[in-house]
Amino acid sequence: MADPVIEMNDGAVAIAGRPILRHIDLAVAAGEFVALMGANGSGKSTLVRALTGLRPLATGSLRLFGTALDDFHDWQRVGFVPQRGGAASGVPASVWEVVASGRLTRRKLLRPLRRADRAAIDDALEVVGLAHRARDGVSTLSGGQQQRVLIARALAGEPELFFLDEPTAGVDLPNQQVLADTLATLSGRGATIVLVAHELGPMAPLIDRAVVMRDGRVAYDGPPLASDQVATAHLDLHDAGHHHHPEPERHDHAPHIASLIEGGPE
Amino acid sequence: MSEYLDLLGLGFMQRAILAAVFTGLAAPAVGTYLVQRRLALMGDGIGHVAVTGVALGLLTGASPTWTAVGVAVIGAVVIEVIRERGHANGDVALALLFYGGLAGGVLITGLAGQSGARLQQYLFGSITTISVGDVGVTMGLAAVVVVVCVGFAPQLFAVAQDQEFARVAGLNIRAYNLLVAVLAAVSVTVAMRTVGLLLVSALMVVPVATAQQVSRSFRTTLGAAMALGTLASVGGLLLSAYASFHARVAPGPTIVLLALAGFVVAWPVGIWLRSRRRLRQPFPVVAATVHDTIDEHPHDHGEDCGHVAVPHGDHVDYVHDGHRHAPHGRHYDEH
Repeated sequence: MADPVIEMNDGAVAIAGRPILRHIDLAVAAGEFVALMGANGSGKSTLVRALTGLRPLATGSLRLFGTALDDFHDWQRVGFVPQRGGAASGVPASVWEVVASGRLTRRKLLRPLRRADRAAIDDALEVVGLAHRARDGVSTLSGGQQQRVLIARALAGEPELFFLDEPTAGVDLPNQQVLADTLATLSGRGATIVLVAHELGPMAPLIDRAVVMRDGRVAYDGPPLASDQVATAHLDLHDAGHHHHPEPERHDHAPHIASLIEGGPE
Repeated sequence: MSEYLDLLGLGFMQRAILAAVFTGLAAPAVGTYLVQRRLALMGDGIGHVAVTGVALGLLTGASPTWTAVGVAVIGAVVIEVIRERGHANGDVALALLFYGGLAGGVLITGLAGQSGARLQQYLFGSITTISVGDVGVTMGLAAVVVVVCVGFAPQLFAVAQDQEFARVAGLNIRAYNLLVAVLAAVSVTVAMRTVGLLLVSALMVVPVATAQQVSRSFRTTLGAAMALGTLASVGGLLLSAYASFHARVAPGPTIVLLALAGFVVAWPVGIWLRSRRRLRQPFPVVAATVHDTIDEHPHDHGEDCGHVAVPHGDHVDYVHDGHRHAPHGRHYDEH
């Protein structure tokens, strides 16, 4: 079997000496679409930051594309969409310029853009549906459109592995739908996607697997859950992990509640 | 007038013009990246630190230009390290160095037995007393700053725009941050002789602020800021030389005031451009909205009818008096 794209073994992250993530084991295979879920403060964003090397591991190991993080230099294979602080900065920048900065992973120092670079930038703008806004200043775009610009920036480097940190937070439903369509396109092209999300919304049908974080640990790792199951998902794993049931009896209440809600009041 | 042309022909004026051109190009180039990181006052902080460097030169008899470069680079790196460690805000780190640098400089100048007037040359500039050697150093350092700022523009832009993204893209952000700090320190000392250490930040920031009133992209901002900076520094120098027949007019403050005048002109233009752009932004296309039909309409809307025309899906809405009127057959719909 091929190496997993992401492989974290017993990973732990401490911020200023305080343990935040503990005992994280996570393997993601090529082409998988994984949703990292959990409440605020559960550590899902910290986990993505650890997976991208932004947060050093206190203990444990991380391998990307089969290479230990310290030896990993193929950053053009990784695309990162940070949690939105806005795409704007102190100086005006056009949409095209922000997206073009995502192409840096494949550019050499002091060389002009090649034709392939321009094509990749145009393609990225096309995928997120903002080709017609390329010349506009990024700060004139709405929040949802700025989020799409950040996704296009990650796309421009033509990566195989995407990390998206809460791309739908504060984004209206039509823009969420565009984001979902974009991710569907990427996934269809064979990309591996790790998505941090509080709510999946229109992206729910795309997910292959859900990983639910709770208090800095993985509380659930398995098939996608309805969003109201996320809050109680740890109960299932708790039983499985600590009491060593051979085939853990699933608490029936979570699906039960879900079906009630889906069926509407009776 | 012929007196004025004679003045421009003199060696010290030509040296001053050369220094002004190179300073005017280099300072806004670095300034653009500082403003992009919202560190507009960093140039000021480095300028204050460089006062200590100048004083050290006066004390030891070494060239004040080079001691200023050395101390300014150290100060810039310290500011960057304090900022990166996050122990203090960027502006608190700057404030700490502001006061330490200025106090140290004045104290050491006194120890060196030099008068305040000697230090003042560096505090407020003395471009007309610049020596041949100093012009060479100024041109060389400014050229390095411009080449790095333009050549590494994609990398510097990406790092200043989004540090985390740049790091995951594999860029060594610490190296680039330090590079910007060092470039800022070098351009501060380059501009020291032109506008002086206390006004140096103006030449780094004001042209950028002016340029971004009318620009929409980073590249035009960078280019326009460099052009405006050169215009202000050469224009201010020539203006002060012209005025010097009638009154004592120092070039440094003239340059800064001219740059500020440019901002005062560009500011209302920027406000007008932005509001125009906002008014003409297409209306969102939303399915199934109710609209009223306007039967009686005393005015025919069309191109150049004087009302703002805003694209709305496959047609155009004309905006007047709080209405959005869309032509529909022989009447108008209220959208």
